[in-house]
Amino acid sequence: MSSILVFCSVQDGRIKRSSLEAMSRARDVAAASGSSLQAVVLGSSASGLAGEAMKYGAGTVFTVSDPILDAHLNAPVIAALKSVIDHAQPRLVVAASTEAVKDVLGALAVRCDAAVLPDVASFDVSGSTVSCERPVMAAKKLAATSTDHSLVFVSVRSGSYEATEAPVSGTEEAITFSFDADTLGLTLREVVQTAGDTVDLSEANVVVAAGRGVRDEEGRALVQELADITGAAIGASRAVVETGLFPATAQIGQTGKVVSPDLYFAVGISGAIQHVAGMVNSRIIVAINKDADAPIFDVATYGLVGDCFKILPLLNAELKRAMA
Amino acid sequence: MKFCVCIKQVPDVQASVQTGRTVLNAYDASAVEEALVLNDGTGDPVDLVLVGQSTATETIRKALAMGASDATHLVLEDAQGADSHGIAEVLADHFAGHAYDVILTGKQSQDSDSGLAGGMLAERLGLPYATNAVGLAIEGDKLLVTRQGDAGQEIIALSTPCLVTCSNDMNNPRIPALKGIMAAKRKQIATVPVASPSARTAVSQTFDPPAREPGIKLEGEPEEMVADLMQRLSSEAGVI
Ligand SMILES: Cc1cc2nc3c(=O)[nH]c(=O)nc-3n(C[C@H](O)[C@H](O)[C@H](O)COP(=O)(O)OP(=O)(O)OC[C@H]3O[C@@H](n4cnc5c(N)ncnc54)[C@H](O)[C@@H]3O)c2cc1C
Repeated sequence: MSSILVFCSVQDGRIKRSSLEAMSRARDVAAASGSSLQAVVLGSSASGLAGEAMKYGAGTVFTVSDPILDAHLNAPVIAALKSVIDHAQPRLVVAASTEAVKDVLGALAVRCDAAVLPDVASFDVSGSTVSCERPVMAAKKLAATSTDHSLVFVSVRSGSYEATEAPVSGTEEAITFSFDADTLGLTLREVVQTAGDTVDLSEANVVVAAGRGVRDEEGRALVQELADITGAAIGASRAVVETGLFPATAQIGQTGKVVSPDLYFAVGISGAIQHVAGMVNSRIIVAINKDADAPIFDVATYGLVGDCFKILPLLNAELKRAMA
Repeated sequence: MKFCVCIKQVPDVQASVQTGRTVLNAYDASAVEEALVLNDGTGDPVDLVLVGQSTATETIRKALAMGASDATHLVLEDAQGADSHGIAEVLADHFAGHAYDVILTGKQSQDSDSGLAGGMLAERLGLPYATNAVGLAIEGDKLLVTRQGDAGQEIIALSTPCLVTCSNDMNNPRIPALKGIMAAKRKQIATVPVASPSARTAVSQTFDPPAREPGIKLEGEPEEMVADLMQRLSSEAGVI
């Protein structure tokens, strides 16, 4: 029987929600196409996370526990995935479209002689064809793309599917792996973690995003307060990241992250297509902008035309009262 | 260090209607800028290579006008059907005959947003690589890459030769001055026709994504707008 293999991305000792979303979709596709569902988890915490993958339907979980796989380096990850793929011989490999996955996808495809459908909003398998819809032209268009290649990789945008449990009693299979670090050609010097990121942006149910209209510390404090009250992760536009008020990790859009929370606040953001590309699939969008013609109002569920420095203190007070 | 930047001509996605206007891919422009800054005053070259239709010459001239040294145009008239695999294959053939310390590409193209060609090219050439770079520095014979990762920035030392894919968050590309534009006009561009590479994926159609439901715009006094919003967030949207 052919199989679908899901690569689970691990962050802070957990499988990322976007991986579980991709796995939930892969499980449905596997069931419909008569394939088995397998998962692969890499890194020193891999073995402990096999159970989590089984909770989402993976009958076999391949684990590679070498600590070098924790090191944010692409070469060992590619080598480890190549050994697992050679061993498991899947029809399809599915992953969440995280930055770490983007880092390895192209090279791994060449090494495994696979076709790639990257950063898709949806995918399906029908007979020998793997098809998808993927945003192109800064998400202004969707492109229906397909391949009949014998091995296919698909990376899925976060928020495209819901993560749903479907527990099975699976088996863990540890894959032995050795990597010659001397042949690496690259070494990690440092990881500069952004301080204060309490909620993972791509997993947050509420996102409060700031733009250049949030021009100073006072504005930043108001945005922070709104995020604290609503339990939100903080996002940002490219223009406000450039000012240094918000970290690059918070950037949402074509260059930055893709989010689709239940509730998205766009504060002082004009709504350039490159920003909208990363947030247009949010369920409810609240935009606050003093320019009534700002394009963000074209996608906003609720648009407030006005000065965020006047609106946010009032909104924060009201929300605090409502949430209390 | 000897740099070569792989550049692409893309449609202007920013235009509200598609006008057919084309631009230098923004991510590639940042790669060109960074290479020029790193090599400034060293006399080392920053070369260019572009795969695309013969009409892409104007984009090569734009990048030359920024200050790049020499350019090769790998002419592929049927660039539409090519996918990342094919482009990486064509580029790999080119680099088989041209040695560089560092190959730069954009981290993705503004039109197809695939983000694959750089990694595919590195693998074909057997080079160590890094993606999504927001900063580059030369340290002896190594290249220090600051890349934007999922939860922070990672600083990676790459031995050369190597390949790096660049984010536009790296810098603001220079606007070419008249002198550069004139010099670029006189530069010889090596043109090499290439055969259409095989593609592994095919786009059957592109269409508009489903439109969002039209929203509601509130105007007036802040107190009124906030009260109205609170009401709608709880009764209509059900989020509070
Ligand atoms: C290839 C490429 C990739 C890109 N990728 C991204 C990306 O990933 N993410 C991204 O965000 N951008 C991206 N951009 C940049 C994008 O084009 C815009 O420049 C950027 O999104 C603008 O950010 P902004 O809305 O904060 O700033 P601006 O466009 O300057 O808008 C600021 C807004 O704030 C409003 N404002 C000002 N003061 C107030 C106030 N007191 N109260 C209320 N409103 C106020 C103004 O009316 C204005 O609408 C990319 C661009 C390119 C070319």
